[in-house]
Amino acid sequence: MRLLRQPRIVLPGAFLALELVASFGARWLAPYPAQQADFAAPLSGPTAHHLLGTDQLGRDVLSRLMFGGADMFQQIAVAVAVTTVLAVPLGLIAALVRGRLDAVLMRTADVVMSIPGIILLLIVLALFGQSMTAVMVVVGLLSAPGAMRVIRSASLSVAKETYVAAARVSGLRTRQIARRHILPRVTGLIAVNMALLSANAILLAAGLTFIGLGVRPPAPSWGGLIADASQVLNQSLWLVVPTGGVVALTAACLVILGDGVRDALAERWMGAGERTPTIAAQPAPSDAPSAAVIEEPDPVVRLAGVTVSVRGSGGETELIRDVSLTVGRGRSVGLVGESGCGKSMTGLALLGMLPAGVGLRRGTVEIDGVDVGALSPKQRRALRGGTIAFVSQEPMVALDPLFTIGQLLSEAVRTHEPVSRREARARARQLLVQARIPDPDRVLRLRPPQISGGMAQRVSIAVALAGKPRILVADEPTTALDVTVQREIVQLLRTIQQETGMALLIISHDWDVIADACDTALVMYAGEVVEGGPAARVIAEPIHPYTRSLLAANPRLAAVGQPIPTIPGSVPAPGHWPLGCHFADRCGFANAGCSAAPVPLTAYDVDDVARCLRAAELVPGR
Amino acid sequence: MWRVTGTRLLQAIPLLFIVTVVTFVLQLFIPGDAARSIGGISAPPDQVEALRLRLHLDDPVWVQYWHWLTDAVHGNLGSAITNGESVTASLNTRIAVTLSVVVSATLLSLVIGLVLGVTSARGRRTLAGAADLAALAGMAIPAFWLGLIGIWVFNTRLGWFPANGYTFFRDSPSRWALSLVLPVSALAFNGITVVAKVSREQLVDVLNREFVRNLRANGVSERRILFRHALRHVLIPVLTVCGNNLIGMLGAAVVIEELFGLPGLGSLAVTATASSDIPVIQGVAVYFTLIVISINLLLDLIVGWINPQVST
Repeated sequence: MRLLRQPRIVLPGAFLALELVASFGARWLAPYPAQQADFAAPLSGPTAHHLLGTDQLGRDVLSRLMFGGADMFQQIAVAVAVTTVLAVPLGLIAALVRGRLDAVLMRTADVVMSIPGIILLLIVLALFGQSMTAVMVVVGLLSAPGAMRVIRSASLSVAKETYVAAARVSGLRTRQIARRHILPRVTGLIAVNMALLSANAILLAAGLTFIGLGVRPPAPSWGGLIADASQVLNQSLWLVVPTGGVVALTAACLVILGDGVRDALAERWMGAGERTPTIAAQPAPSDAPSAAVIEEPDPVVRLAGVTVSVRGSGGETELIRDVSLTVGRGRSVGLVGESGCGKSMTGLALLGMLPAGVGLRRGTVEIDGVDVGALSPKQRRALRGGTIAFVSQEPMVALDPLFTIGQLLSEAVRTHEPVSRREARARARQLLVQARIPDPDRVLRLRPPQISGGMAQRVSIAVALAGKPRILVADEPTTALDVTVQREIVQLLRTIQQETGMALLIISHDWDVIADACDTALVMYAGEVVEGGPAARVIAEPIHPYTRSLLAANPRLAAVGQPIPTIPGSVPAPGHWPLGCHFADRCGFANAGCSAAPVPLTAYDVDDVARCLRAAELVPGR
Repeated sequence: MWRVTGTRLLQAIPLLFIVTVVTFVLQLFIPGDAARSIGGISAPPDQVEALRLRLHLDDPVWVQYWHWLTDAVHGNLGSAITNGESVTASLNTRIAVTLSVVVSATLLSLVIGLVLGVTSARGRRTLAGAADLAALAGMAIPAFWLGLIGIWVFNTRLGWFPANGYTFFRDSPSRWALSLVLPVSALAFNGITVVAKVSREQLVDVLNREFVRNLRANGVSERRILFRHALRHVLIPVLTVCGNNLIGMLGAAVVIEELFGLPGLGSLAVTATASSDIPVIQGVAVYFTLIVISINLLLDLIVGWINPQVST
């Protein structure tokens, strides 16, 4: 049993087991009878004779706790039994039968869960001659709806799994499915719930007996012992400690045990659990940045030899290596490549927004000739939105859903300019017009969940434009949108660019976007730029074999009826890059030389670069 | 907004109905003679008979309930068996006490819980461990025991706050506040840990959402992102949790009122329970239910105000 090796299960389990033995065996194990008073030693405090001290009558606290415990545990068992008997079948039925019965059960549960339970408990105590058993029956009844809901929702998700669906299709009866397939999976959850219920029941029972309900003194009860202790509080604090401590400790053990069992069982059903692979140490990269950079006219942004790495347990792992690029005023540059090639990381490096643990290790980022790395965080923040703005991939989650479009736009405006609310509102409207949004006055009052994806992306662009940025980074701006909307968004970016003269860095895996929107295209593979040049040239006459494969894999260029060519294999993950050409393993043209040493980015023309040893052979004339 | 209110109020009616019906139906399960059981074993026979007449115990339960209900809708919840006082009157004088305690404890757990949650979410991992430990303590330590410790430290030892009794706000606001410090703190502890845990988890979650990254990327300050955007998202689940916590808090409040000698609904209910004064307990049941309904309605309205989507 692996369960028994977890300290979070063993320790509380052992403590509870000890308590159970001590309580139910109190008659034989307790050092003194429950009522035996030692008048010579009242309020003795812990001594060798009375390990936990004595109360005001000199009765042994440990013994009284042991005798009181048996009642407590019996009462809890009643509550747990009632809840289990009700909640488990009802939860399973609700999940498997669904329909109207489910609705009725859930409604009932809602109502019962909003009953102030304490008052029912008091009524029961009043009517049933202070019977704690009756109280616990009611506690069980009141707890059943909560447990039922948890069991229902867990069963629902199990029932959705393929093997259960298969069992259903194969004609197994609902009852059999519940017993054979679902019940075993939700047992852990039931156990957790019961542990929590027990903890609550203990606190409740202790509270009631503390105020003198449910148990008639001098019969020992845990709450009653605390009440005794409170009587002499101004003489001695000690008595409160073991009596309250045992209640709190028992409840805590139940909670920990429940959590431990839940986690252990969850792990079992998830399999061994995915371990993050330990990343092998990197071969030391060369320090010299590649000479080949495509120089854009009038550059707004310049990345020079940028290497970004993440600090992990196995040391530094490079995410992008030696990336250089420039974006000129009024120009647009596209970064293209498969997922995981480092395109977005390049964009984040430019924004100065690398995730925690990830850092710029080498190279510089210059915006308008200023080295951003040398700026303070505050100065860098001032750049963001103002000089450099960002539009992200998923427009539907890119905007705070709790605010109206008007509020979000006004906020963006006022982040960069100290204008009045009214003025910001007017600017917000202008921005919507600029983003070609029809009926801007209505849209200003809507919230992000109320608008379409394409509209949301236009709003995101409007937000990004609020600070009149010099460069806009658009990370997969069209990926999440319908095909027809994609083209509109690309057009919009182009139009705005012409109107404002801002520079544009578009990150995309979509050649159509690159073709429509970009002057220059840079192809990235496994953290490196492998090819660059005028977008039209890169698309028409690719140099690097990776660019070719990527172009060939463009689904929109595929002939009808022909399978879309794919690139076999996958992008090597950061930390697993080969020493030589990163693409060699997947390349149809690779030879021994390709893997021998790092391949430099080589210029083939004024604005054509590629990182391929065999380019000259593959593309005659280069 | 109005729909939320409407739905809540519509739910309130069946809830009130169910709670009151249950209080009557429970009498059916009393073994033996109900009047004898309510009057107590030692009550003289004529007294038991009087009780039987007054509570209509010879009628079927639904007739008893009808009598009670017709009076109740006229604001008359009957009179106490033990001293004959009007139940409505004694509940009305006491509800302010219970509301002071419960509302203050809810507010306190909200404010402190949020502060702790936000601080720990922005701190290091060790704080996550501390937050988990606090949550465990909140679940395991009974409020009344904390109250006892509080009495010992702040009353017995330091003498800062009264340990017993209640001063009405209209008599002395400062003494009112002092008399609430210990009971409210003890009662709020559990809520604080729950709010801290929930707000911490939610905040970590929200700060990783894409829209936060976009706000950052477009230059919005961290302070503004936290206080204007993220906290708003955190408040929604936190307020819901506070609402769910309320029922448990009322339960603890009964014990706390008794411990600190606060003349609220809870201590009235306890006295009534000890003397089987059924009309009083039934009255408290109505008032408790109304408290739960109104505070939840209030929380719903705040959530609806924060997140208008709920109502559309």
